[in-house]
Amino acid sequence: MSANIDKLHDDHSHTPTGIMRWITTTNHKDIGTMYLWFSLIMFFIGGLMALVIRAELFQPGLQLVVPGFFNQMTTMHALVMIFGAVMPAFVGLANWQIPIMIGAPDMALPRLNNWSFWILPFAFTMMLSTLFFESGGPAAGWTLYPPLSLQGGDSMPFVILSIHLLGLSSILGAINVIATILNMRAPGMTLMKMPIFVWTWLITAFLLIASMPVLAGAITMLLTDRFFGTSFFTASGGGDPVLFQHIFWFFGHPEVYILILPAFGIVSTIIPAFSRKKLFGYDSMVYATASIALLSFIVWAHHMFTVGMPLAGELFFMFTTMLIAVPTGVKVFNWVATMWRGSMTFETPMLFAIAFIVLFTVGGFSGLMLAMVPADFQYHDTYFVVAHFHYVLVPGAVFAIIAAVYYWLPKWTGKMYNESLGKLHFWLTTFFVNLTFFPMHFVGLAGMPRRIPDYAVQFADFNAIASVGAFGFGLSQLLFVYILYNALKQRVTAEDKCWEGAEGLEWTLSSPPPYHSFEKAPKID
Amino acid sequence: MKIFSIILMVISPTAALAAWETNMPRGVTPTSEIAYDLHMLIFYITVVIGILVFGAMLYSIIYHRKSLGHKPASFHESTKVEIIWTVIPFIILVGMAVPATKALILMEDTRDSEITLKVTGYQWMWQYEYLEDSVSFFSKIDNESNVARRLDSGVDVTGVDHYLRNVDNVVVLPTNTKVRILLTASDVIHAWWVPELGGKKDAIPGYINEMWVDIKEPGVYRGQCAELCGKDHGFMPIVVKAVPKNEYYKWVSIQKSNKVAITK
Repeated sequence: MSANIDKLHDDHSHTPTGIMRWITTTNHKDIGTMYLWFSLIMFFIGGLMALVIRAELFQPGLQLVVPGFFNQMTTMHALVMIFGAVMPAFVGLANWQIPIMIGAPDMALPRLNNWSFWILPFAFTMMLSTLFFESGGPAAGWTLYPPLSLQGGDSMPFVILSIHLLGLSSILGAINVIATILNMRAPGMTLMKMPIFVWTWLITAFLLIASMPVLAGAITMLLTDRFFGTSFFTASGGGDPVLFQHIFWFFGHPEVYILILPAFGIVSTIIPAFSRKKLFGYDSMVYATASIALLSFIVWAHHMFTVGMPLAGELFFMFTTMLIAVPTGVKVFNWVATMWRGSMTFETPMLFAIAFIVLFTVGGFSGLMLAMVPADFQYHDTYFVVAHFHYVLVPGAVFAIIAAVYYWLPKWTGKMYNESLGKLHFWLTTFFVNLTFFPMHFVGLAGMPRRIPDYAVQFADFNAIASVGAFGFGLSQLLFVYILYNALKQRVTAEDKCWEGAEGLEWTLSSPPPYHSFEKAPKID
Repeated sequence: MKIFSIILMVISPTAALAAWETNMPRGVTPTSEIAYDLHMLIFYITVVIGILVFGAMLYSIIYHRKSLGHKPASFHESTKVEIIWTVIPFIILVGMAVPATKALILMEDTRDSEITLKVTGYQWMWQYEYLEDSVSFFSKIDNESNVARRLDSGVDVTGVDHYLRNVDNVVVLPTNTKVRILLTASDVIHAWWVPELGGKKDAIPGYINEMWVDIKEPGVYRGQCAELCGKDHGFMPIVVKAVPKNEYYKWVSIQKSNKVAITK
C-alpha cells in the first residue's frame, strides 16, 4: 500500500496526506473505499443489535432487556442495515466499478461524490446517538407507522432529520451515477453493450430519485403532525393513519428493489466469469430488470393487505405482485442457463453467487406465497415474513456484496485473499444463515408474530436454534475481517486479470488501477 | 443450573410444549381452511419449481466443471427458450390466481352474519362488545403470565399455564354461527389474530374493519396482537372459547344479569 501511495504522490503532489486526504478526496476509488469501510462498520453495529434481539429471544421469558429497549433494537437494526450497511455498500461498489467498467477517468461529479459520502457518518452519528437519550431511540419499527411513531420520545425529530440526510445522500449519489453512465462511457460502448452491473445501477439510480422524495414527504408530515399541530395521520383530527402506510410503501417497495437490483448485477457478472461462458440472455436480463423496476411502483399495498382495503384493491395488488415473479423468474433461469454447459470453477465469489441464486430464490418462493392475499392474512406480521425478507436481504443482497468484494478485491488492492479461508468463510456463513433464518418460517407459520420481545413456550425450540445460528453467523463475519486484513498486509501482487474467465474493461487496467482510471478512453468495437 | 436447563431445552424439547410445529394450522373455520389449502397448494407448486430449477443447476454444477475437463459451450441467447420461460410461469401464476381470487371473495363477504362482535384495541388490552346483546368487557393478559413476563422475574415460564396466551376474560363465541367481527382501536394500530380462526385484520383508530368467523369445532383458541403497538405489544393475548349455541346464549344471559347486578 505504501508503495502505491508514494507513486500517487509523484503524480499528485497537490493531494493532501493523512486524514485530510480522505476528507477532501474527490477520487472515485477513495470514496468507494470509504463507502465500503463505512458499510462494514455499520454491518457490525447493526449485527450487534441483531444479536441483542436474538439473545433475548433465545428462550422464553425476559432475561436481558426490557420490551421498550427491544423495540428500539428492532427499529435501529433495520434502519442501520438498510441505510447504513446495504445501500452504502452498493454505492461504494458503484463508485469503484462504474468508472473502470465504462472506461471513464472518474465519476462525473467528484465533489458531489465527496459530499454524498460525508453526509453519512454525521447522519448516523445523530441517529445512533438517540439510543443514549433519556427517552431512548425510535421504537415504532423502521416503518414508523403512526399513530405509534407519534408517541415516540425526543428521538423522533433527530431520526427524521437523519433519514432526510440519508435520502439526500442517496439522491446525490444517484444523480452522480446517472450523469456518469449517460455521459462518460468509452466511445463505442452503446447502452446495450454496457456491463450488466452498470445497467442494474442505472435503473437503481432512477428508483432512488423517484422514491426517496416520497419518503421525505411522509416523514415530514409525521414531523408536522407531532410538532406543528397538523393531523395528516391522526384520526381524531380528521387524518388517516393508513394514508401514511400507502405513502411509506410507495417509497418502500422501490426501496426493496434498490436493495436487490445491484445484487442482480453483481451475480450476473460473477456467474459468467466462473462458468467461462457469456451471460445467457443479456438483453432479456436488461429488460427484466427494467420491468421489475417499473412493477415496483404498482405493488406497494401488498405490504399492508390487512388494513382493510376494498376487494378490488386487494385483487389488483395481488395480481401485480404475482406478476413480478415473471421477470424475476427470467433472471433465475438465465443464470442457470449461463452455468449450463459452462466450464465452472468454484472460487469464493462463485460460491457466494451460487448460494445467492438458490437462497434468493427460496426468498422469492416465500414472496410468492405472501402475494396470495387469503394466505397472507395468516402470514402477515409473523416470523414467516421475517424469514422471507431476511432470505432476500442476507443471502440475497449481503451475499452479493460479499461476492463482489472477493471478486474485485484483487483488482482494487492488487492483493489476493487466501482462497481456503474464503471458502471456509463461505461455508460457515451459508450454514449459519440457514440455521438462523430457516426456522423462522416454522415459528411464523405456527403463529409467532414479529417484533415481540417474548413468546409463548411452543415457539421456544426453533427460536433457540435461530439464536445459535445468529451468533454463529456474526462470529463467521469476524473471519471475513481477518481475511481482508490478511490479504491487505501481504506483499504478493495479484495479476491484472486474476480470474481466467473475467470479462470487462476493469481487467485491462493494472491491479491496483491507476489514480485516474482511464486517462484515455479505451475503444470498444 | 440455568445454563444446564437451557442446554436441556435445546436438545430435548418436551412434547408438552408442542414444540416442533412447522406449519400453519388448518384451523376450525371456513376461512382458515381456505387459507391453509391455498398455502399448501402454493407451497407444493414452489417445491416442484424448486426441484426443477435447482436440479438443473445441481446437474450443471456436478458435470459442467472445469476440473472434469468440460469445455464451455458458446450459446448465450435463444429467443425461443426465453419466450417459453416467460410464458410458462405466467400460466402457472394464472392457475394460482384463480383459486386465490375465489378464496378472497369468500373471505371478504361478511353478509348474513347472525351476531356481531366489536373488538377495540387499546394499549395494551382488548375490549369486546356483543352488539346485539349489549354485553361488553375488557380482556387483558392474565395475572400469572403478567408477573412471570417481567425482566428477571425469577419465574420458570415453562411452568406457567399458557404463558403469554392466557387472559382474564375470555371471549365466548357460538359454534356453527357466522359471526361478524368489527375492528377498531382507540390509540394506535393493533391487529386481532387467532391463527386457528383464519387471518388477521388491523384494528385502526378512526376505521371500522370487518372480518368474519364461523367456528366449526368447540374449543379454546389462542392468539395475540399482531401489529406492533408499543412496549407491551407482545403481551396482548386473545383467547376465544367456542361453545355450542345453547351454551353461548346461557353465557350471554349470565353476562347480562351480572351487568344488571353491577349497575344496581
